[in-house]
Order: sequence, then C-alpha cells, then structure tokens
Amino acid sequence: MKSLKSYAILYLIFLYAPIFLLPLFAFNSSTVIAFPLTSFTTEWFTTLLTLTEMHGALLNSLKIALTSAVLATILGIFAAMAATRYTFPGQRGIMGFIMLPLVLPEIIVAVSLLIVILRMGFNTGAWSVIAGHTLICTPFAIAILQSAFASLDPSLEEAAYDLGETPASTFRLVTLPLVMPGIISALLISFTISMDEFIIAFFLTGAEPTLPVYLFSMMRFPKLLPAVMALGTILVVLSILLIVIAEFFRRRGAKRAGLKDTGGFL
Amino acid sequence: MTFGDKMRRFFRSEQGVGMMLVSPTALYALLLLAVPLVAIFVISFWTQTGVRDFDTTFTLANYKEALTDPLYRQLMLRSLMVSGLVTLITVVLAFPIAYFVSFGVKPEHKSLWIFLITIPFWTSYLIRVFLWKVILGYNGVLNSGLLAVGAIDEPLSFILYNVNAVIITLAHAYAPFAILPIFVALEKIDRSLLEASRDLGESRTMTFLRVTLPLAAPGVVAAVLIVFIPTIGDYVTPRLVGGPGGLMIANMIQTQFLRLNNAPLGATLAVLAMLIVAVIAIVFMLLGNKAAGGNTGGRRK
Amino acid sequence: MTIKKKPSGPALITLQKVEKHYGDYHALRDINLEIGQGEFFSLLGPSGCGKTTLLRTIAGFEDYDSGYVMISSKDMRGVPANKRPTNMVFQSYAIFPHLTVLQNVAFGLRKSAMSKAEKTKAAEDALEMVGLKGYGHRAAHALSGGQRQRVALARALVLKPKVLLLDEPLSALDRKMREQMQVELIKLQREVGITFILVTHDQEEALVMSDRIAVMFEGEIVQCDDPEVLYRKPKSKRVADFIGVMNFLPATVREEGGKYIASVAGLGETEITGEQCPAGVPLGEATVGFRPETLTLLYEGQTATHREAPATIEEVVYYGDMTYYDVKFEGVDKPVRISMRNIFGRDVLDVGAPARVSWSPGALVVFGAGE
Ligand SMILES: Nc1ncnc2c1ncn2[C@@H]1O[C@H](COP(=O)(O)OP(=O)(O)OP(=O)(O)O)[C@@H](O)[C@H]1O
Ligand SMILES: [Mg+2]
Repeated sequence: MKSLKSYAILYLIFLYAPIFLLPLFAFNSSTVIAFPLTSFTTEWFTTLLTLTEMHGALLNSLKIALTSAVLATILGIFAAMAATRYTFPGQRGIMGFIMLPLVLPEIIVAVSLLIVILRMGFNTGAWSVIAGHTLICTPFAIAILQSAFASLDPSLEEAAYDLGETPASTFRLVTLPLVMPGIISALLISFTISMDEFIIAFFLTGAEPTLPVYLFSMMRFPKLLPAVMALGTILVVLSILLIVIAEFFRRRGAKRAGLKDTGGFL
Repeated sequence: MTFGDKMRRFFRSEQGVGMMLVSPTALYALLLLAVPLVAIFVISFWTQTGVRDFDTTFTLANYKEALTDPLYRQLMLRSLMVSGLVTLITVVLAFPIAYFVSFGVKPEHKSLWIFLITIPFWTSYLIRVFLWKVILGYNGVLNSGLLAVGAIDEPLSFILYNVNAVIITLAHAYAPFAILPIFVALEKIDRSLLEASRDLGESRTMTFLRVTLPLAAPGVVAAVLIVFIPTIGDYVTPRLVGGPGGLMIANMIQTQFLRLNNAPLGATLAVLAMLIVAVIAIVFMLLGNKAAGGNTGGRRK
Repeated sequence: MTIKKKPSGPALITLQKVEKHYGDYHALRDINLEIGQGEFFSLLGPSGCGKTTLLRTIAGFEDYDSGYVMISSKDMRGVPANKRPTNMVFQSYAIFPHLTVLQNVAFGLRKSAMSKAEKTKAAEDALEMVGLKGYGHRAAHALSGGQRQRVALARALVLKPKVLLLDEPLSALDRKMREQMQVELIKLQREVGITFILVTHDQEEALVMSDRIAVMFEGEIVQCDDPEVLYRKPKSKRVADFIGVMNFLPATVREEGGKYIASVAGLGETEITGEQCPAGVPLGEATVGFRPETLTLLYEGQTATHREAPATIEEVVYYGDMTYYDVKFEGVDKPVRISMRNIFGRDVLDVGAPARVSWSPGALVVFGAGE
C-alpha cells in the first residue's frame, strides 16, 4: 500500500500539473510560454480588459450557461423522479437513451443538430447552443438528482400525503426542500459544463461566439498567448470554485438524508 | 371498461405516472438527439448539390467513397488505434489508483480522494488540451525546462504535432473517467469475501487474482467503454496537438461539414464511426460479461 | 401484563372480499374484517405475509383488485390517502428531517381553519401527550429512536383521525424501550379512544397490546380473535405454533354414546368436548396440542389434580424464574416441553430421572391430523 500511495500522489501531480502551469505563465512577464520564468506581472489580466470582443463572448456564454443549466436541471428533475420513484414500461431503454450524450462524442451531437437546424431553414445562434448544451447537461443533472431522490425516504412523501397534502403540495413542502441541495448541485455542474463546452458551441454558435469559441480563435495568435493563459486561469479558478460549492451542497443533501458519504459525483 | 377508462386508470397507475414524469425529458432527447441522429443517417444516402440543397435520391456512393478512399480509411484506423491505446493506458494506469482509494484509504477520506481526482475533469477541456500544446511544443514548457536544467542539449521534437502528443493528451484528459467506474466496482466488493479467500488458504496475490479482479471486471469494462467511445470522436485534441499526421476522424467530419460543404459524406463518416464504435463496444461488453463469469459484482450495503 | 378491555361500539372499518395481486403474486386473499370503534386491533403474521400491504390498503396507499374497504360505512374506493380519515405511523417514522419537532407535529394542520396560535397549541398538546413536552424546537434529525416514534405518534394524533395505522412501530427500538412503549401505546390509545390498527410480527407484542388479533399467513387471515381465545383455542396447528409454544401428540378420536373419546399417545384415553376442537371434532386420526404451562411435574408426595402419566426427563433448561423440561412419555419418541415456575427451596429435577407428569384433559386442544 505504501508504494501504491506514492504512485497515487504522483498520479495526482500528473493530473494537476498542466493546470498549475496556468497561473505560472499568466503572471509571467515574458510573451513566450517557456522556462525559465522572467518576472511577475499582471499585465495580461489588464489586456483582457481591453478585448471588448471577449466581453461580448463572456456575456453570451453566461447567458447560454444560465439558461442551459436551468433547463437541464428541470428536465433532470422530471427524469430523476420518474426513474427513482416509479417503474414504467421501457424504463431502461428510455433512461439509457436520455443518458446517451454522456458517452456520445460531442462532434456527433454537434453535426447532427447542425444539419437538422440548417435543413429546417433556421439560423444557428445562442438558442441552438442552448438546445445542444441542455441536451448534454441533462444526463449529468440526472445522475446527481437521481442520487438525491434515491436517498430520500419515500415514506416521507407518503407521510405528507397521509397528513392531508396533495401530491403537488407534498412536492413543494417535502420533496423540494429535501432535494434542494441536489438541485443546486445539478445547476452548478450544468452551468460549469456549458460554460466550458467548446465543440457544440463551435458548430452551433452562429455569429456570436461563446467564450471557449473566442478563446479558441485567440489561440491562433502567439501574441495573445499570455492573455489566453490569464483568461484560462480565471476560467479554471471559476470552474473549481463552482464545483467545490456544488460538492458542498451535494454532501449537505446526503447528510440531511442521513446517509454516509461514499464518493464524489456520478 | 371503455378505452377512456383504461387510459384514465393507466395514468393514475404507477406506470402511468412514471411515463408522464419522464416524458418531457424523453421528448427532449427524442427531438434533439434521436431525430438528428436519424437525419444524419438519412442524409448519408443523399448527395450535396448546393450550399443548402441536396439531391435526395438514394445512393450508396458516399459509403463507397468513405470505405475505399485510403485517406478516410487511414483516418479511421488511426482513430481506432489512438483511442485503443489511450484506453489501454488510462485503464492500466487507473486501476492501481482505484484500488488504492478503495482498499488503502480510510473510509472518511475516500470521498476527498475521489473529489480531488475528478476536479480537473470539470475544468475547461479546451484549456487543458491547449496547455499540453504549450507544454509539448518545440520551444515549450517541457523542452525549455529540460534545457534549462541541462537534461537535454536540444529540444525534443517528437512530442508535438504527431500521434504521440494526441495519445498523451487524451490519456491525461480521460484519466478520471477510467478511475470512477473501477472504484465503484471495487467498493461494491464485500470485504468478507477477501477474508474468506485468505481463510481458505489463498495468498494475497492469488486472492487478488481469483476474487478481487473478477469482481472488479464490470468496472473495468465500464471504464474501457467510457474512455474508448468518446475518445474515438475527439476533435479538439488532434486539432490542437496532432499536426497533420495526428488528425482523426472527427476532424474530417468537421472538414466535410464546415469546409468542403459535403454534409452527406460527413454524415457517412459519422455513421460509420458510430457503427464501428457500437460493434466494438458490444463485443467488448459480451467479452467482459464472460470474463466476470456472468456476475455483476459483490453486494455491500 | 393484563390491561384488558373488550371491543366496543359498532364496526368502524369493514373489509369485504378484498383481493390484491402484485403481478402474479397473490398478496391479499379474500380479506374479511370488521374493526370496531375504539378497538386496539393487531395484524400478526410472519414476514412477507401481507400485513403491510393490508394496512396500506386501508390507508389508501395501495389499490386492490376487488372487494370493498369501508370506513364509517363509506366505500373508500377511489378515495386517496390524503382524503381518508386515517393516519399512519410509518415503520421508519418518516420524520421530516428539514423541520423542527413542532413543525413536524403541526404539518398536517396546515390547511385547517385554526389560527396559528391554535395550531401551535394543538401541536404542543400532542407533544405533551406523548411525553415530549418542551421538545418542540429541537431539530428533527437530532432525536433518538424512541423520540422519533413519539413525534410520529403526535403528528398523526394531532389530526384526530378515526383510525391510527401503525406499521411495526416498535421494531426499531431496543427491548427495554419497546416494552416501555407498549405500555405507553396502550394507555395512549385508551386516552384518545381512537381505533388503532397495529402491524407486528411479534406475537408477544400482539398478545400484550391488542383487543383483537388477526393472524395472517400468505395473504390470508386464518384466525381473528381476542388474545386469550387465540392462545387457548387456536384454530390450526400452524396458528398454535406461531403464537407461543404448543406440544403436539398423535391421537385418535372416536364417538361413544354421544361422547367423544380421544386416545392420546403416552397419555392414554380421555373424554373431550366439542369446545376443545376449534376447527370441529376430527373423528379418526387427530393431533392433540397442549401448552407447556398446562403440565406439571410432580415431586415426591404430590398427587395429580387430574390425571397422571409416567415420563423420563430428557433435557433441563434453567431460565432463572422458570425451568423448561423436555420429557418423554412412554411409547412416544418426540419429547414434550413442560414449563415450571421455580419455587424457592424446591430443587430443579435432574436429566434422566423418572418423573410423573400431571395433566388435565380440559387443557387439550384437538386438531385434525393433517392441519
Ligand atoms: N410493490 C410490490 N410489488 C411486488 N410485490 C410486493 C410489493 N410489495 C410487497 N410485495 C410482496 O407482497 C408480499 C407481502 O408484502 P408485505 O410488505 O405486505 O409483507 P409484510 O407482512 O408486511 O412483511 P414484513 O413483516 O417483512 O414487513 C411480500 O411477499 C412482498 O414481496
Ligand atoms: Mg411490513
């Protein structure tokens, strides 16, 4: 086990190494991304402020991520409830199909959506990115919500019903408050995924790029690389922050339901 | 009982409520996933005639072209090879980690380890791939670092813009994917089974080979599929670090759709890729089931 | 314990020919029951026999295939659980973990016409009734098992239901707590006068607490009687075996001049009455049952009050206040259990010793051979 532990630590370092390079070069004054480091600067972050096109992309991304997260979570609640509370004909097949985007290469989702949208005579835009992102975020939301619903003792809902509440008010007074941590967690995760997603956005974004699409176009200009590192730093820090908050809520939900914690997402 | 009564009864039954609840999500997946996938399949039998116009007469010409043109065949084989290797590397490297977290970490620290392992997965994929480009470049972080400490005299050139770079990058990106399912399978193993095996006279190693490994097989199968399927269709990594010799099938699909404006051929390539992946996945699942002796892992509360 | 009372009032709940299937599984078979106003009624049976299913059918959580469920003479078909005059204490207690104790108890009062102060008062009164006065502001998830159980009771009783349904409410408690709650539940039920229907697989619990008990096997009610009748006159060997311990000996029964004579292995011939045969007089091959406490081992100088039979002591199990003896009657292979209260100054008898057993013909219960 000792040698396994050293191996595990090395593995973690390998996992994190690239990410640690981000701030290193984001605050390095040299315009080439290479060792040795020169001196500390915040210049690249100020450069970001001047890239007005990027601000539009950021706004666009926020809008898309917010909408997709809300839609995916709502769709996730329906499916997770159906899957944990009920049995219905074709359950495995239907749920399997809904979860399919989890493994389907994103390029397939992207081109197939693109072809349908164009064929039906629509133009791509933020709405089509939202449609695609909702599709790929929903399985993640379901995975999180399913465990939230599964850890909810069904007799709690029956008790509320027994005490005179309707199915709707039972949901509002008992189910919703108890799975709220799961819902928040699903929202945050979906938001993060949409915010970071590149390929679907790349195909479906139309005239207004999302932040990752804009970032991708920045990468072609060596002059902008330090600014890419700076923007990357901000995005990664934000993602990690959101994920930590999401994990916090997920655990709180598990604790409320009186469960012992046994692992991370999925 | 009239039909209306039957319907009413169904929608009040457990099955009916379940169906109603799942229907918005199922409908969404139907409209935005099933319909587009079918559309791709249909279009693969058409011919492009203008920017948005198709000749919709049925033809197998695209399939003929896709299967005979050596360029497409090479891309397909390379994609298979790359994602096969990436799968092998990630799963082999991941197993000891999953084993360590499941068997060597105190229960209260397990979720922290798993959380630490999964965090990088939630950060932007684009940025992570881009970082590998920066790391592996001719004047990149690795070369400049090695030069600075005097480990090499001139930059290594075999590590960027080729298949190696694609494999390294993908293996890194998909590492957490491989760990999770194996970890879950190992966690399910009833610890008393291992003690029973030892009690019956088996050594640690033999216990691992005869009990742990077979019971972990479903997790390994899941890990293989969860890495293999998405990597074969990866677009960003070959595009950023692959160079011309490291491109894969997804890049060609994108080229057909967005540059060459030949959607039917792009669709054909996509259909073929999905078919190949599906066949390999099914064969693998069957093999995995056999290896696991038909069991689905131990049970633990 | 001997807190006893007789069922009172007219039938509050009536079940007629209730049938239910889960797919192919026949979960409830021809259930017919009448449960009176203010009665403490128990459903007793081994695990999986359908007790919970029957209780949930009355509560409105389960549909049934055919038959009638009536409460206060109103057919309950199509009446959902939230509209029925029943409330339930769940096996897991189902205390809402996101609410305080008081909020839990007041949960069902949300839609009532009472003012907020009245609701709080009602909830606090209910808490006091179950012995949790002053616990209202505690977080629900910080309660012990016994306290959760009391909260669940208060939460159901505050709504003044006509029927309180309890699904194994005591099974999650330790032995001491369980015995204490048994007494409290009986007292509580008498105080509020509400009909209680209790599900349990613990025969002792059912005997102690209930006015009447329905014994269920495999979805069927096989006997429904008050505890004493159930214990003394079980209708089948299976019921006899499930409730307490009963010894069985093979016998033959014949009619002679209007009287029934049973010839019992090891005991000899004796006259029996029709009352001793709860399922009818089985002429010919039969089985005779008797409880361990109806037999007595005779010490030197003692004489039998009724009849006497010679035996050998096979096994002695000492329990402190009691001693169980397994003895073999002459010509019978299977040993018979006798329970004797230990009396200070009287020795426990030895294994292998010859003994004389006193038995009384009136304590025998006669079953058919096959039942
Ligand atoms: N929803 C269901 N679907 C299918 N079968 C069920 C369902 N609920 C119960 N059963 C079956 O019906 C039978 C009776 O179940 P029930 O829960 O009523 O038993 P019980 O007498 O309460 O047992 P226990 O003492 O274990 O609680 C069992 O064999 C059970 O497997
Ligand atoms: Mg039960």
